[in-house]
Amino acid sequence: MTAAITVEGIGKSYRIGQYQSAYGTLRDSITASVGRMVRREHKPQYDEIWALRDVSFEVPEGGVLGIVGHNGAGKSTLLKILNRITTPTEGRATLRGRVGSLLEVGTGFHSELTGRENVFLNGSVLGMKRREIASKFDEIVEFSGVEAFIDTPVKRYSSGMQVRLAFAVAAHLEPEILLIDEVLAVGDAEFQRRCLGRMEELSGTGRTVLFVSHQMQSVSQLCDRALELEKGLIVNDGPAGEVVARYLQRVGGSGSEISWPERASAPGGKVARLRSVRVVNEAGETVEAVDVRSRVGIEVGFTVLDGGVNLFPKIKVLDRQGEIAFNALDTSPHWHEQPAASGDYVSTAWIPGNLLNEGLATVEVAIVELGLDKLMPRAGVRDAVSFHVQDPGEGGSARGVFLGQLRGVVRPLLEWTTEER
Amino acid sequence: MLASIVRVTETQAPARPRPVEAAAESLSSSFPRTTVIRPAPRWPHLELLELWHFRELLARLAWRDVSVKYKQTAFGVAWAILQPFLTMVVFTFVFGRFANFPSKGVPYPIFTYSALLPWTYFASAVAISSGSLVGNKALVTKVYFPRVLLPLAGVTVPLVDLVLAFSVLVGMMFWFEVWPNIALVLAPVFLLLAVVTALGVGLFTSSVNVRYRDAAYALPFLLQIWLYLSGVVYAMSALPQKWQWVLALNPMTAVINGFQWGVIGAPAPNLGKTAVSVAAALVIFIVGLEFFRRSEPRFADTI
Repeated sequence: MTAAITVEGIGKSYRIGQYQSAYGTLRDSITASVGRMVRREHKPQYDEIWALRDVSFEVPEGGVLGIVGHNGAGKSTLLKILNRITTPTEGRATLRGRVGSLLEVGTGFHSELTGRENVFLNGSVLGMKRREIASKFDEIVEFSGVEAFIDTPVKRYSSGMQVRLAFAVAAHLEPEILLIDEVLAVGDAEFQRRCLGRMEELSGTGRTVLFVSHQMQSVSQLCDRALELEKGLIVNDGPAGEVVARYLQRVGGSGSEISWPERASAPGGKVARLRSVRVVNEAGETVEAVDVRSRVGIEVGFTVLDGGVNLFPKIKVLDRQGEIAFNALDTSPHWHEQPAASGDYVSTAWIPGNLLNEGLATVEVAIVELGLDKLMPRAGVRDAVSFHVQDPGEGGSARGVFLGQLRGVVRPLLEWTTEER
Repeated sequence: MLASIVRVTETQAPARPRPVEAAAESLSSSFPRTTVIRPAPRWPHLELLELWHFRELLARLAWRDVSVKYKQTAFGVAWAILQPFLTMVVFTFVFGRFANFPSKGVPYPIFTYSALLPWTYFASAVAISSGSLVGNKALVTKVYFPRVLLPLAGVTVPLVDLVLAFSVLVGMMFWFEVWPNIALVLAPVFLLLAVVTALGVGLFTSSVNVRYRDAAYALPFLLQIWLYLSGVVYAMSALPQKWQWVLALNPMTAVINGFQWGVIGAPAPNLGKTAVSVAAALVIFIVGLEFFRRSEPRFADTI
């Protein structure tokens, strides 16, 4: 059986450093090159970072491959390369068959055009022929459930309606190879179920599917094989269930504590370096899971090497989808009233109970210097620690007596009042 | 061709259906099924077969821009006529009355209006195609298609305005009793020269615009100067020969002279100067296209 997708040693590097700005002005560029001439340098100075390196795999015809990994692990870069949106720096990939992609729904929607016009526009953007769209038009509209508004400009649609219509178009693409990125994360639960059903239908008909997702459940449910990417490299490859299990174990289990015994290799630089990060309960014990009702501490140990500037510890909490729940600076007077003195410190941020929703929370830790209008990280680590928020369902949380899923990044326990009037 | 895929999937046999094979024959005849992805070569070439495959998308993009252009405007499509018409009125007063500029022996209003038609087309074609990549950022960073389609759609959009504004010229012909001659049949050829030039400039500026937004500021200024070097406000033929040859390097002089030759019965353009303009247009087009192709692999990363 020939492989539908063959990827051999694909890599992609980006330049950072001097060329960091997304787009500069011509003047900047000219000054920079004149500067280089004056200093008699031949090459511009920049660092390369590899978003993806030496990635090789094959997907047989009709195979469904899932790709998992942290944010920034290179999943989306890989899909962008396979979808020819960006070119690789090295390597080679061969795709045998018509390629369709669902990188983001609603691409090419124009708000001034009606739903009907947008179906045709979006369909051709995704590579469908006019005849094909016309023949599936009724099916698409029915799937989206916006029949009544099909001749209304989409700027009058709610965002949910736009997404549903867009997904309906994309779901009716009939390519031989389908590249999918996170589209299932849109819409309400009912619509998500329909999307999953549609995906199952597609993969059951001999289509080759490459599926990137944060939703581990859908990966193990839909895919027969999975890859895990980390920092652009393949770190795990095997049956979907196993890869997902190992991934969850690593991100969810042992991630509640991290330390850097050697200062030289610890995150940071001249100003400050991290020593350790822990997730702790009120008794000061390291914990992997916390009750949604009780508070949880993020304990950050660090060393200030070169004091004299205003430094603050800072944490950022994200949910499993990578959505930022919040950012918080240490507001204690210790850091606010005087410049930081050199020395070792341990700061603990207490996240109150009944704030985060159930599920995995990931914490990014940084020691930042206060700039004029932005914070300059002096030491920091992404995905430093993580912990599970659990609700035993004994009351005292926003769940009340309801047993189903409550969506949202946060889930505060609000004060409700009701009077009869 | 795709109907066959649908049919196969619908009649699911117990054995796993093979839509790939069913469609293989028809797909491969229209477009190579196998895509090979490699690092961008230094000098990519234009894949005409691929462009042909995407012709429907080109039409769809152009159609989108045309149908959106005058939405939520009070005058609507009338703008297509008002723009060149009002410019003509201003030019007639300033350059025709006060400055008494030469106008090829026809009334100044019809002289300048017949030049403004191709010029207005050219200026908006350059402007639209220059902004086409940045304006369609969502598409460029999310889906694959030959990026050339965006500036290409950009130069086709103002053709609609040109056709609309032409109706006013017909009215002016009756009013001033100035008639076209047989060279009218060549007018589309001269317009094609304007299309090629606009596309060349648009390809260049649109890709510069991706990296440096300066292009958006420089362009209106450039177009304003270009207008005065194109024989829109005065007849080129009144200039000294030497300068006429220099200005022939500007393809728009040939476009306007050639267009006026047929449409308002102006004297025939000089063959040598026209050849110079055609050559200049081709150079602009090829340079623009090559520059575009070289920058294309990085569009999605830098936009």
